[in-house]
Amino acid sequence: MKQEIIKSPISTILVWLVAVLVTGTFAWILGDIIFHGVGGISWEFLTTAPEDAGRSGGIGPILVSTGLILAVAMGVSVPLGVGTAILLAEFTSATNWFGRFVRRSLDILAGVPSIVFGLFGNAFFAKTLGLGFSILSGGLTLACMVLPILIRSAEEGLRGVPDELRLGAAALGLSRTTTLFHLLLPAAIPGLLVGLVLGIGRAIAETAALVFTSGYVARMPQSLLDSGRSLSIHIFDLSMNISGGDTNAYGSALVLVILLLMINATAAWLAHQSSSKYNDSYQFR
Amino acid sequence: MTVTNLDNSKARTQQPALMRTEQLSLSYGKKIAFEDVSIAINQSKITALVGPSGCGKSSFLSCLNRLTDLIDNCRVTGRIFLEKWDVMNRNIDTIALRRRVGHIFQKPNPFPLDLWKNIAFPLKEHGVKNRQEIDSIVERVLKDVGLWDEVKDRLKDSALALSGGQQQRLCIARALALEPEVLLMDEPCSALDPISSGVVEDLIASLRQKYALLVVTHNLAQAKRIADYVGVFWVRDNRGKLIEFGEAKQVFESPQHDLTAAYISGHRG
Amino acid sequence: MTWLEDKISSPSKLNKSSQFDWDWVLVWVLRIMAAITGAIVLLIVIFLILESLPFLLVKGIGPFFTDPTWNPTEGLYNFTPMLWGTLLATMGSVVVATPLGIISALFCQYYAPVAMGNLYRRLIELLAGIPSVVYGFWGLVVLVPLINRLHPPGASLLAGIIILTIMILPTIALVADASFGKVPQEYLLGATSLGLSKWGTICNVVFPAAKSGLFTGVILTVGRAIGETMAVLMVCGNVVETPSSIFDPIRTLTANIALEMAYALGNHRSALFVSGLALMAIIVLLAVAAEVITVTSSPVTKNS
Ligand SMILES: Nc1ncnc2c1ncn2[C@@H]1O[C@H](COP(=O)(O)OP(=O)(O)OP(=O)(O)O)[C@@H](O)[C@H]1O
Ligand SMILES: [Mg+2]
Repeated sequence: MKQEIIKSPISTILVWLVAVLVTGTFAWILGDIIFHGVGGISWEFLTTAPEDAGRSGGIGPILVSTGLILAVAMGVSVPLGVGTAILLAEFTSATNWFGRFVRRSLDILAGVPSIVFGLFGNAFFAKTLGLGFSILSGGLTLACMVLPILIRSAEEGLRGVPDELRLGAAALGLSRTTTLFHLLLPAAIPGLLVGLVLGIGRAIAETAALVFTSGYVARMPQSLLDSGRSLSIHIFDLSMNISGGDTNAYGSALVLVILLLMINATAAWLAHQSSSKYNDSYQFR
Repeated sequence: MTVTNLDNSKARTQQPALMRTEQLSLSYGKKIAFEDVSIAINQSKITALVGPSGCGKSSFLSCLNRLTDLIDNCRVTGRIFLEKWDVMNRNIDTIALRRRVGHIFQKPNPFPLDLWKNIAFPLKEHGVKNRQEIDSIVERVLKDVGLWDEVKDRLKDSALALSGGQQQRLCIARALALEPEVLLMDEPCSALDPISSGVVEDLIASLRQKYALLVVTHNLAQAKRIADYVGVFWVRDNRGKLIEFGEAKQVFESPQHDLTAAYISGHRG
Repeated sequence: MTWLEDKISSPSKLNKSSQFDWDWVLVWVLRIMAAITGAIVLLIVIFLILESLPFLLVKGIGPFFTDPTWNPTEGLYNFTPMLWGTLLATMGSVVVATPLGIISALFCQYYAPVAMGNLYRRLIELLAGIPSVVYGFWGLVVLVPLINRLHPPGASLLAGIIILTIMILPTIALVADASFGKVPQEYLLGATSLGLSKWGTICNVVFPAAKSGLFTGVILTVGRAIGETMAVLMVCGNVVETPSSIFDPIRTLTANIALEMAYALGNHRSALFVSGLALMAIIVLLAVAAEVITVTSSPVTKNS
């Protein structure tokens, strides 16, 4: 092994060095968070309310708010996204102006910075629609944000369904509605789920879009119109505005990272499922 | 050398044709797949279409039940009649049309559902709701295709677990359940092993009494064995044409066209 | 395969007038949904403009460049320091992250053993999903004190560049990896059979073939770096001042919005929306640039 390294050209050594550097940096970051965070996590931490501006106590209400924001975001974006994906994948030809318009807007939407989503959410949901700083405002803002991810995966899921199924169904005189709900959507479910999971991952990681839509209030929310502090905002607030908040910030950061690891693993597993599903029975064209 | 005119189809039919096409042409974008095809399909007869690969046989079949509606950038001109019904009319009920004109594909394409549902689900969609009625239809069509004894104990298993030949027969059963009048079959045996192929061929022959069958095949021997009428497609100028159409006996024994003669004697194609 | 509109016949209208036409309902419901989706970008632009107008109509864009400084309570609205902050942080991080990201992708594709390459790719994917607030937090508690020891105050342009580099590296690595994956295997075999070394093959065959993908990746990354808010906000010090060294604190446009939106009113709020509108314009321009690169470099073959 050593000999090989000595013999290999500079470029090879460089490439390996970069890989080691990158891996090392990320190990450092994750290691630091795990090392400092793991002591803080306990059942009590996860369930009790923050005290003393978050320096002590737990993150119970914050997890609830985060869950509610996610529920609103996914509850709105999933139907909208799946519907749009169906239209784009099944009912629109590549040259159709409407389809092209929607695709183009989605491409742009995918690149819009989260702080701009925050501005928009503040102006539209909080101010114009009068929802104020609330879980609903924050959730709706995130819904707009995750739509491109959802739609892309859902479209891929639908395109993965072999055309034989569509032709076979049409040849039996099945209507498009029936074909869609009984054959195409069930076959596309793994793809749809990948989108859902990736969307949740994006939404749960978001901070900037929530700062002035769902707000900072760390109390247990009583309704969707209450302001609710998400986990990411909690980390931000503890580390930036509260001196002595680092211990709990580490704990919250670790919780967030663990949630994301679980989400990623689920997405990878689902993607694997969906790619192997049809290979056995139908060949792709 | 001119392509023979095919008006003999009118002379030979005593009964009015169940389905017929007039000057049917189809193009994908700028590419013309086939041109000027006029044939008639009769009740209780097997009509075979033969010809080299890429001459538009599959495309021709998908015009007859308007599956072409699903294909991007494809344009069909000419006329198609099912009895007196103008199939090409934009406003016809395609669902009813496809119920009357069944289609079997080259590659078996059962739904990823269980066996029973593969047959029952389209039936339900066409308004057969009574469970007993469905069960009896499922049993009848599976017996018709000779699959009943093989699968009657595993109707709840996934259809994708069947062998290729069984899948193809299931697809035929699924089509028969809707009681079509015309059955279009696109090389129904070509994806199957010789034994399954033989079974499906016997099945096709046995369906003759009840249906009008239009069968595409690459297998001339098969066409000879089962067909009452034969149409020969050929590619000229990069587009498909029907160069010969007539009674099987006549086409095979005294073909009118040189290319047909060469094709059936194995010199070309 | 699609059901094309002009070919959709509505059977039940003619023959089964008693039965409700679900297909028709379905298509229209889907169209409405897609219209809502497509309208979001327009809505965003419209609201940014509406909220920006009060300022723009009264003062125009002059004050953003000619006022002595940014001090909204005194009615001073100079964006220049923040523009510099965003520009320097973005450029710095893109310049560092691009080679690192591309080399990471090379590692996955050509240098690492297959299993290790896949593992490394998984790692990068994971890192792409880590929230910016977590990176920012790490930067704040680990990186900033380190830089502080080197050269106070610590919260600085340098910290911002490092954090942004770490955050955008996964994006560029994944895009580069995907475009390397699309380079036909025959090219590589051909080059190897000509006796080119691995690095020679990469420079002469892989890079040219993957060029447009790499460019698109870099553009995407630029957008990501410009738009990044929280992590930068947490490590850059946020002093409104054009930096004169890499150890000086900076404030970016995005951090400025996040810091001040909570209490901004009137012209101040409107000015913040103007900066949001500017960000949006940059993103649209980048999207157009990416599109142009993709279209011009890969001739679109229409299926005949
Ligand atoms: N969806 C499509 N888009 C464009 N061209 C097509 C499409 N389907 C078929 N074609 C072309 O139309 C021509 C006829 O194809 P078709 O499948 O009908 O031939 P075929 O006679 O059934 O051939 P085979 O015996 O190989 O099945 C071919 O040249 C084919 O490439
Ligand atoms: Mg064919």
